Amino acid sequence: MDAFMKLFEALDQTTSTTAKTEALERFFSEADPRDQVWTIALFTGRRPRRLISSGQLRNWAVQQSGLSEWMVEECYAHVGDLAETLSLLLPAPQMQRAQPALHQLLNDLLGLQKADEAAKEAFVLHHWQQLAPTARFLFNKLLTGGFRVGVSEKLIVKALAKVYQREEAAITYALSGKWEPQQIDLEKLLYSNKSEDASKPYPFYLAYTLEGEPADLGEVIDWQAEWKWDGIRAQLIKRAGEVYLWSRGEELLNDSFPDLVEAAQELPDGTVLDGELVIMDDSGLRSFADLQQRLGRKKPGKKLLQQLPAGLLCYDLLEWENQDYRKYPLQARRTRLEACCSSLVSSRLAISEVIKAPSWADLVQARSESRSYQAEGLMLKRLDSTYESGRKKGDWWKWKVDPLSIDAVLLYAQQGHGRRAGLYTDYTFAVWDGDKLVTFAKAYSGLTDAEIKEVDKFIKAHTLEKFGPVRTVKPELVFEIGFEGIQASNRHKSGVALRFPRILRYRRDKLAVQANHLADLKALLRD
Amino acid sequence: MSDLLEFKPQGIYCAAADVFIDPWRKVEKALITHAHADHARWGQQHYLAQADNALVMRERLGKDISLQTVAYGEVVMINGVKFSWHPAGHIPGSAQIRVEYRGEVWVASGDYKVEDDEFTPAFEPVPCHTFISECTFGMPVYRWEPQQKRYAEINQWWAQQAVLGKNCLLFGYSLGKAQRLLNGLEPTIGPIFVHPAIAQMNAALEAVGYRLPATLPLSTYNKKVHGTGVMVIAPPGAGGGNWEKKFEPYSDASASGWVQVRGNRRWQSLDRGFVMSDHADYPGLLQAIEACGAERVVCTHGFTALFSRQLRELGYNAREEHTLFSGESEQSEKSAEGEAG
Repeated sequence: MDAFMKLFEALDQTTSTTAKTEALERFFSEADPRDQVWTIALFTGRRPRRLISSGQLRNWAVQQSGLSEWMVEECYAHVGDLAETLSLLLPAPQMQRAQPALHQLLNDLLGLQKADEAAKEAFVLHHWQQLAPTARFLFNKLLTGGFRVGVSEKLIVKALAKVYQREEAAITYALSGKWEPQQIDLEKLLYSNKSEDASKPYPFYLAYTLEGEPADLGEVIDWQAEWKWDGIRAQLIKRAGEVYLWSRGEELLNDSFPDLVEAAQELPDGTVLDGELVIMDDSGLRSFADLQQRLGRKKPGKKLLQQLPAGLLCYDLLEWENQDYRKYPLQARRTRLEACCSSLVSSRLAISEVIKAPSWADLVQARSESRSYQAEGLMLKRLDSTYESGRKKGDWWKWKVDPLSIDAVLLYAQQGHGRRAGLYTDYTFAVWDGDKLVTFAKAYSGLTDAEIKEVDKFIKAHTLEKFGPVRTVKPELVFEIGFEGIQASNRHKSGVALRFPRILRYRRDKLAVQANHLADLKALLRD
Repeated sequence: MSDLLEFKPQGIYCAAADVFIDPWRKVEKALITHAHADHARWGQQHYLAQADNALVMRERLGKDISLQTVAYGEVVMINGVKFSWHPAGHIPGSAQIRVEYRGEVWVASGDYKVEDDEFTPAFEPVPCHTFISECTFGMPVYRWEPQQKRYAEINQWWAQQAVLGKNCLLFGYSLGKAQRLLNGLEPTIGPIFVHPAIAQMNAALEAVGYRLPATLPLSTYNKKVHGTGVMVIAPPGAGGGNWEKKFEPYSDASASGWVQVRGNRRWQSLDRGFVMSDHADYPGLLQAIEACGAERVVCTHGFTALFSRQLRELGYNAREEHTLFSGESEQSEKSAEGEAG
């Protein structure tokens, strides 16, 4: 575990990207290949299956520390991270022999799958006593799942590409899809290709937000414009007679969307489509909220499938007749895609239409009408662009419509987790309904660090009541809340549900009485 | 009969002597535990404090304040009430104030730490019936390792940066923390520069006999002359200022108890966070309370609710009292230093 611990400390002790990359390169040049595989897995969100519940861990920590249960809970609320809380509360490690290797530790842990509670307890207590403080914290992190160290997948890829002298895109592709760190060796992981694994998706090409004017992009004739749909990005693969539906987060969605999987059977083998997963019925596109009902459900029933049928709005073709098409220009891929889609019988796979526009002004006009097309704005893609891996600047842009916004009063606050632990950063906002305030949205992000500190100070000094971790705050601060969409909802007291609410601005210039009213919010429903 | 010490809107009050301890509103007679801004506030008519605080208080509160000083252990009688100041180990000059009247003894701790930092007069337990204890870090996740280990880490960090051709910026409060850090630095690694707010406090303490390593004013740094590998000590409030630019490239760090929690450490967006506090950690608080033999404990500033509940579980008669001392964030120190520069 020493090399992994050193890597973690190096990453944790710097805010410089260069220093982080250097630490990763050092690790990938020196560490045991088996530890490297596990590290790649952990840092790209492939956490080991959770075999020990947080309840069990807390119980054992209560016994070991001699503290009361309520105290352990209070500490957890303050620290905001269970793994860290436990490592801070446990007695100092007794003896520190040579630390076990990372892969050894994880293999032992996964070996507990069929073990009884006593064996799990013995395993955990043994390591709590033996591991050095940092290692103990990391061990707890492995037990509890989450693993964030401020390292993006991009950084990992960069370091691996440098150490193993390969193209970044090849590494990104090698790491994509489904693989088990326990069952794969480093060589196989880094040099794998789709011929061995038919399910393997291509890395998604992601667009940046267009900040300037579209006319700055050059001639409109060099660009393809499409609607930016309000669904989720998905990759649909048909290879060797099987269909695989992947989300952008590289989660296999086959179980949740059997209707789409079935519809995709008619695709010829060796086809990979990039598109937007949406709910669409005979009347057209349905809302994101409808899609959410399907996303959460692993094995949807007949009724749900009938009520909320899924579809894919296809906008790119990545593979055709088993050939990687990503190197061809968008224009050529598009021609192929249109031919492919037009030959399909099922209405579940539809092409995402191109918006014909002779000038940028026409596109500005189209963008302003996005909401009436159930779209969030436009996508602009250069016609000669190849299909890249990951987020790249230059050829693909998302050009979203400006968010809807409303001025609201801060009413409840709760402490954040992780980096924001100890500070009140999770807010609930309200608007006026007569002379009462009614809550309508929660938002976490959008303030600068300095603003967060200021608001935190206000909250601590103006708490009216405490309910567990939640504080009721004197209704005084006004914020402009932005959101992408609004829908009627009977689950919320306000009668509306917002899509992507976040803080746009801290309105120091406004008094609470100047915030918006519920009627203003409901007026947006009709637009 | 009312308590010997009561909690009034103005501060902790002794009716028998008609004086306040560390009052946060304007009063006539203020007995001061130490010179930090949330305890020694501006605007009191008369101050009474331990002698080491005199110059610091005059720097911070005005040259012309009415100030009487006492030595540690010296007794001052006011209206038949016996007052004395005993080392609290928090910062130079910090004291617990012992109050005795008709056989009853109360001790107001101010801020304290039990570990001897080998610079500040060390904490002495003072036997009493009722102990008014701070509990800034009254939560068991806050346990400090021996300070020698921290000094070693800081010096190692400094030496590493020197090899990398970088400077070090280390943030700590200008009164207390800064001097403690200076005292633990290994001066052979390189020259040490200090922010003016710290230089001012250094001078005030050196004048009453505290010994500190040689330092240079921040404004005199010249890369051509001094090179890299220098150490800069500055108060947290001065972070982000323009002066930082001329020390580039640098690695930055803070020394505080709060960075024990990783979220706090990462929140400050500095490279390093060294866990070092001038407040007692959780075991330290329990140890101090046990050592003074009090039956009754009044918990002020910090995790008061939590810590008093814990004390009651341990069999103490404990309660919490609200004060305006800044237990939760050490904020007032920061703002005071913002003013100082």
